[in-house]
Parts: sequence; C-alpha cells; structure tokens
Amino acid sequence: MLEMRNETYLNVGIALLLLAVPLGAWVMDESYYITVASRVAILALAGVGLNLALGFGGMVSFGHAAFFGLGGYAAGVLSHHAFEGSVFLNWPVTIDGSDATLTLWFAAILLSGAVAAIIGMISLRTSGVYFIMITLAFAQMIYYLAISLPTYNGEDGLPLYLRSSLPGLDMSDDLTFFFVCYALLLLAIFLSVRIVGSRFGAALECARQNETRLSAIGIAPYPVKLTAFVFSAMITGLAGALFVELNGFVSPSILSWHLSGEIMIFVILGGVGRFYGPIVGAALFIVLETVIGGYTERWQLFLGIILLGVVLFARGGVIGLLAGKARHD
Amino acid sequence: MTEPLLVLDGLQKSFGALRATDDVSLDVAPASIHALIGPNGAGKSTLIAQIAGTLKPNAGSVRFLDKDITGHSVPKRAQLGLGRTFQVSSLAMAFSALRNVMLAVQARQHSTFRFWRPVRGDRSLIEPAMAQLERVGLAERAHLPVTALSHGERRQLELAVALALEPKVLLLDEPMAGLGGEDSQRMTEVLISLRQDVAMLLVEHDMDAVFRLADRISVLVYGRVIASGSVADIRASQEVRDAYLGE
Amino acid sequence: MSAAFIFEQLLNSLQLGVMLFVMAAGLTLVFGVMGLINLAHGSLYMVGAFFCAWVAGETGSFWVGLGAGLVAAAAAGAVIEMLVMRRLYDRDHLDQVLATFSLILIFNEGTRWVFGAQPLYLDIPAGLATSVPLPGGGGYPLYRLVIIGFGIATAVGLYLLISRTRLGMQIRAGESDREMIGALGVDINTLYTLVFAIGAMLAGLAGALVGALQSVEVGMGEPVLILAFVVIVIGGIGSIKGALIGAILVGLVDTLGRAFLHKLFALALPPAEANGYGAAMASMAIYLLMAIVLAWRPKGLFPVNA
Repeated sequence: MLEMRNETYLNVGIALLLLAVPLGAWVMDESYYITVASRVAILALAGVGLNLALGFGGMVSFGHAAFFGLGGYAAGVLSHHAFEGSVFLNWPVTIDGSDATLTLWFAAILLSGAVAAIIGMISLRTSGVYFIMITLAFAQMIYYLAISLPTYNGEDGLPLYLRSSLPGLDMSDDLTFFFVCYALLLLAIFLSVRIVGSRFGAALECARQNETRLSAIGIAPYPVKLTAFVFSAMITGLAGALFVELNGFVSPSILSWHLSGEIMIFVILGGVGRFYGPIVGAALFIVLETVIGGYTERWQLFLGIILLGVVLFARGGVIGLLAGKARHD
Repeated sequence: MTEPLLVLDGLQKSFGALRATDDVSLDVAPASIHALIGPNGAGKSTLIAQIAGTLKPNAGSVRFLDKDITGHSVPKRAQLGLGRTFQVSSLAMAFSALRNVMLAVQARQHSTFRFWRPVRGDRSLIEPAMAQLERVGLAERAHLPVTALSHGERRQLELAVALALEPKVLLLDEPMAGLGGEDSQRMTEVLISLRQDVAMLLVEHDMDAVFRLADRISVLVYGRVIASGSVADIRASQEVRDAYLGE
Repeated sequence: MSAAFIFEQLLNSLQLGVMLFVMAAGLTLVFGVMGLINLAHGSLYMVGAFFCAWVAGETGSFWVGLGAGLVAAAAAGAVIEMLVMRRLYDRDHLDQVLATFSLILIFNEGTRWVFGAQPLYLDIPAGLATSVPLPGGGGYPLYRLVIIGFGIATAVGLYLLISRTRLGMQIRAGESDREMIGALGVDINTLYTLVFAIGAMLAGLAGALVGALQSVEVGMGEPVLILAFVVIVIGGIGSIKGALIGAILVGLVDTLGRAFLHKLFALALPPAEANGYGAAMASMAIYLLMAIVLAWRPKGLFPVNA
C-alpha cells in the first residue's frame, strides 16, 4: 500500500513537471522549449496508447507507428485539401478537406481504429513472436504504400500551411497548443485508468496473464484483445494527428519502424503497465536527444547503450526503480 | 428417472497410431458424482480436454443439457454451465484470490464489455465472489495475491473460481493432486457439500476420496472404459482388479 | 512481353529469393535453437557488407573482401552473443526485441563512426562483370547467377550440416529439448555461441554479396531484415525448410509484382496512374501474401512446435 501511494505521488510529480517546463519557458520567453514539451506530451500520448495494448493486454505490437502515421496522414491530408480548396473524395460520398481541429482528430481516430481492427483481426490469431513480426510487417506495408503512392508526394511528404482551428482557442500559439496536447494526454491516461480498472480491464489483464484461465471461465480472449488493440491504436492515432500539426509536415517517416521501436521505448523506459510511464519514457528520450545531441551527432549510440542497460539490468523502468514493484490487487 | 446432464457418446481421439480415447461413452446424472479412474496414461486428461473443448474428438459427440456441444469453443461451453478445474492450477497469478473469483462472477453475468465503472468496490462482483471463497474456506485469504497462496489454497481457489460460474456440471481434474492429508480431507468435505447443487465428473487418483465421494465409477484403461458401475460393483470387479488395482 | 523478359524476371526472383533465404536461415536457426528473436541480424548483414567493401578496396580483391566480411560478421556475432544475447535467452520476447533494437542503434552509429557517413562502393569482381546469353535473346548478368549459386550452395551446405554432422545433431537436439543437449555432454554456451556465429556469418555473406549490387551504407540491413522476418513468418519460425520455401515465394511475389503489376493496372488506367498504383500494390504484395498465409495457417506453412 505504501508503494502504491509512492507511485501516486510520483505520478502527480511527473504530471506537474511536464506542465512546469513550458510555463517556465514561456516566462523566460524560450519558445523552443515549449515546442519540446509539446513533443514530449504528444509522444507520451502515443506511448499511453501502446501501453494499453502492450502493458495491460500483453500484446507486444511492433507496428504502432502505423497508427501514429495513419492518424497523422488523416489529419494532414484533410488539412492539405482544405488549403488547396479541393475535395478528398468524390465518390461514393463527397468528402471535403477540413481545417476544423475536431474533424481532423475524429478522422485520425476513425482511420487508425478502422485499420487496427483489420490488422488486429489477422494478427491476433497468432501470438508470441508471430504477433510481434506481423504487426511490424503490416506497419511496413502501410509505410511502403505511403512512399509509393504519388498522390500525396510519396516519400517527400506534404508541407501543411494551415493550423487547424479549435473554437475559442488560438492553435497557432505555442503555449495554447501545448495545453491542448497536455489536456489530451491527461485525458487519455484517465481513460486508460478507467478502462483498466473496469470489468473489461480485468478480463484484459487476465488475458495477459493466462488466456487459458480466461477461456475456462467463459470469456473468449480474442474479442477482448481486439477491442483493446483498437482503443490503443486510436489513442496513438490521435497522437499522430497532433504530431503532424506540431511539425506542419507529414511524411512517411512517421510510419517508419524506427518510430514503432521508439514508441515501445517510451513505454519500457518509463515502466511497462505504469499509467504515467510513457511520460517519463518520452521525456527521457527527448532529453537524451536534446542534451547528448547537443554534444555529438552520435547520440543514438548512447541511447542504444542506455536502453540496453535498462533492458538487461533495470527491468521495471524508471517508475519501477523509484516506486518499487507493480501493484497487485 | 432423471435425464443425465452430460452425455459422452462414442468419443474417439487418436494421436497417430495411438488411440488415446477409444469409443468412450458415459454420462453424468444430476446431483451425482461420477468418478473416472485409471492408471497413468489411460487417457483421462485427453478425455477431459475433449469435454472441456480444448481438443476436438475424431468421432463421437459430447451432449450437455440436451445440446450437442461437440463443436463449441471452450468459452462457449463454460458459458453454458460446464465448469472445470485444472490438474495444474491455472490462475491469474498477479491478481488476488478475490479478483480471480470476481472475474468469474463477471463472466457469469456476461458483463465483460463494460469499460467505465471500476471493479474495485463493485459489490455486485465482490459479494458473490466472497460467498464462493467462503464456500471453499478461503475467505480469510481473499486479498492475498495468488503467488502468496499455498499449493492447497490454490486448489481451493480453482474450485471457487469454477463455482462462481454457477455450473451445472463440474469437471474436476485431480483436485486432490499434491494435497497433504489434511487439505485433501478438507477438499473431500467441500465436494460432498456441493454434490446437491452441482453434478461432477471427477478424475482422481486418491482412491479413498473416490470411494467416499463417487456415486458411480468408470474405469479407463488404454483409452477404453473397461468397467462402469457403483462403488460396490467396481470394488468387486475382477476385471478391474486385474487391469488396474493390480491385485 | 517477350519470353526472355519473363525468364529474366524469374531469375531475378530466384536471386532475391536465395539471398533472402541466406538471411532468413540464420534468423530462423537462432530462433529454433535458442528461442531468440534477433533484430540485430540486419546489422550483421551490414557488417559483412562494410568489411567486404573496405577490405576489397584496400586489397583490390573482391574474394579477399568476401572472406573478411564473413569473418567480421561471424566475429561480431560471437561477441554480441557472449556479451548480450546470452542474457536474453530466458527473457520474454519483448525484452529480446528491445535489447536487439538497442543493438541496431549501437551498430548503426558505430559503423558511421568507423567508416564515416558516406556510402562505400563495392565493385563486382572483374571476371564476373559480364552477362551470359539467355535463351530467347538478351543477356543476364553473370554475377547474379553466381549469387544464385552461392544461395543454393548455402542451402545444400546447411542441409548437410544439420542432417549429417555432429554439430547438426546437437542443433536438432537443442531444437527439440534443451535438457537433452546437457545430457549429450555438450557445453551449451559453446554450442550457442557457435550457432549464433554461423547465423551471423550467413547474414554477412548475404550483405557482402548484395553489397556489390547496391551501395554499402548504414541502415542497409533493415529493409532486408524485415523481408527476412516476413519470410520466416510465412515459412514457420524455426523451420529452415520453411525459410527456403518462404524465401522463394517472397522473391517471386515481390519481383513479379514489381515487373508486371503496373502493366496489369495499365489495362484499366492511364499510364502515369497505372505506374503509381502498380508500384504501390507491388510494394504491398508480399505483406498481403503474408496476411493470407497467416489467416490460413497462423503458425506459418511449416509450423515448429515450440
């Protein structure tokens, strides 16, 4: 119980710290660090999505960049058409481009969720190493599709000239944009807490621990896992939409398998199955990139060594080190 | 004469040349315990697996509550009221004893796809789950994680989880396995107290327990039922003595 | 569409197929024996290519370079087995994925550090830089035929190694039952290091041979690695035979898809669009193949019982 309370304090501290950095940067007029904080919040959001599948459902997806990228493309392509004043689709229904933030988010969530349902239906028939490799392979398929389809500039990607508009907010203001990302991040964590704590979450956690047991009491694991997989993809897809908006650019690089690995790293560095773990993981990743990257271009070498050290010697991630073993109840 | 709840009819299962289940027919009547005995390698686990649905038979059928369930999946059979315990305890190890049973209660209520309300503090799950834990004598250990329970307690928990499904028939795969004298005595008492509510198919090596519990015994040797009858019949059968009791 | 063109495409399929087999064989061998999923296999491919290109450049001989590439890849494999992989055999697949993903980052940056950021170029050995006439007209590069020869030789060599030698017996024992290896009086650590080094050497061989067809650069192993994953998933992870069949299938589908799909689209679409959609479909074809195989057989064509 003491350990649980420690983790709660730690979580509050993590959330406040992420809030403090851009506020400090705003006071000191260092807008670069506000953008860095937004990146952390967005990547953490992607990690929160993956954590639902990986940490709580035990589904080691090595293809979450697919959902991140699809979310990004959904938002980017609609925004592109809005800027051009062209239509996205003429048949069977007419779909115009859009610069309304909520529409872009909705499109991102819908597309990543729908594709996750298809990928999940096939992939979840398998397990273990097969599942890891199949999710990776499907993500590659979408990556190559994005590269070879000429419609949206293929490999070169699309620059976006419009910031989307959210009623009452100025999304082109860096700090406002950070608050929006931060709010969505906390909302996603809150949703994860509710889902994992619910009846559905109990079945999902049992599926991770012992599928035979779940079947034996009359709950088929497949639909439970598929549902969680789709939720997970939707959250990661939303993160992709925000990422594209932050960068003003969408290209196949956000679908690359390196990104799948990185989202996994956020989850693992922070601690698998810890609700606030992805924030720590993403923050640590960005800090390493910024700090070591300031000294040497070879920062990924050090990232590799640190990550290898964490995997080999510090299982449980940063939150595991600080707050002790995971809860059981 | 009451209709049997569970009927196996001509079940066959081969692995290559080995006939693990060879034309097995038997049934389980309401409010009764049907024990299945036989030497190691007689095919008892293979038979249980076909009833529970983890193995598909090559021929024959499994009927449960007047329904042919031979093609049903494991979860579907469990939902119909066919509960089971495992020979080697199979539980959600990171959960507490109580949460293991709560999950079975929620399965019984068909309420898994609810995403919002926390199970922690949900009395509609906790109360029925506690009742089952009391039934098997594990109420005081409810909040401990499974990893902290003794071997005997895990067997009791297996039973509580199965009972939470409110099954019509329970498949018990060696519930006494690895239990010491006292624990095994206790398990026997619990099973006796359940008999009126739940019919059971009991696979067991502990002959004392079998003779105390069973209303009917079938003897399985090399995949075949070589004898089936009351406790007295089986004790008296020369064929059973030759083949199994080794006298 | 001439017969020579079709024949040429079939040879290209075979060449891609055998190279994928050489790559996938090491991956599936390591998984079969040690239960390890190794993402850094593509890094060993890169190591083979870099050392081959560097030594060939220094000595002027492709064949000396090839030898150096094989030795370097096998040595790198043995070192990472002893330092890292050994600690991962008992871990779950997630830990294995992350640790070997870290190794990719380390290998990529390390290679950039040692060899610089510019790609290296490896020339096709002098005697092989010609083409041989194909039946029906046209020619086919001799070097690609030599690659096919290397691939077939590898397949035969692996078959003999596993079915006829003492080491092969130990490998087969290790696949079916780890404890049995101990009972045979084999030092498990040595066996595992050896198996890993053999897998690494195969990756190095593939990298060095392909290095003469494309530029040798950091990250070159990654697309091949993912194709090799597709191959072993289709074939059944842990099965060498599955890797062979899977590799040939993937080689065929990928090459023929790229050669013919856009022509198929051209029957219905204007040329520019047909080319675009054809290319898009072709790049997805092998993943569709994988999805179909898995929807049909979730453990691949030749499932290995783990």
